[in-house]
Amino acid sequence: MADRQYELVYILPPDTTEQQVADLHEQVGQVVTRLHGQMEKNENWGRRRLAYEIGHNKEGVYVLDVINGSGELMKELDRRLKVMDQMLRHMIVRVDEEKKVVDRTQTKRRTESERRRVKRGLPPQRQPGEGRGSSMDAEDEDDRFDGVEV
Amino acid sequence: MAFGQGRSGGRGKASEKKGDKKDGQRRPMFRRRKVCKFCADKIDDINYKDVKLLGPFVPERGKILPRRISGTCAMHQRKLQVAIKRARQIALIPYVTD
Repeated sequence: MADRQYELVYILPPDTTEQQVADLHEQVGQVVTRLHGQMEKNENWGRRRLAYEIGHNKEGVYVLDVINGSGELMKELDRRLKVMDQMLRHMIVRVDEEKKVVDRTQTKRRTESERRRVKRGLPPQRQPGEGRGSSMDAEDEDDRFDGVEV
Repeated sequence: MAFGQGRSGGRGKASEKKGDKKDGQRRPMFRRRKVCKFCADKIDDINYKDVKLLGPFVPERGKILPRRISGTCAMHQRKLQVAIKRARQIALIPYVTD
């Protein structure tokens, strides 16, 4: 069976050093490789203001890991993370199925629009400067998350 | 069956009343037609990490904006709700603010 994809987000206290973050990442990586998973992506969002206090902390260091692996792996990881006391909070979310749905709708939308454009005698892709709101496409990506909301 | 009849009867009356006027002018105050933001902007992925996207749907109080106000369609409201609840868990969005 194909691996599932999960996202693990965890929050560390604001006074954690780079070294500690790296160590923790190493620990997570060890568990993942031991149970035959892979780390697909690791992102450090840096220090961010928390929406509410967690253990008298107003800020936290956010780390996101994208992991491919089995359910058992995530169960084990979750158990270990629960025990770790240097972590303010963590959350594991399964993402592969939602991703599949999103991809499907996007490709469907694209092929549909290409089909319609060809029928109207236009080239399948949108030409630059065509129609209104040509800046829309660029806007879509860049305001994902920038981590400076204080 | 009785329910269906009652409804059709009501409809008939309404159409009689507005017979002389055009559709939609019956109401004195004009309300803009609400459209689902996600359908209109073709946003397929409502992600819990995207605070900027979720922000407008969480007013000051911290509650999720109801569909009747935001105009979001049922499918997207459902996805939005899941995303907001996840974002709350990792303190990107507050549970309550007072």
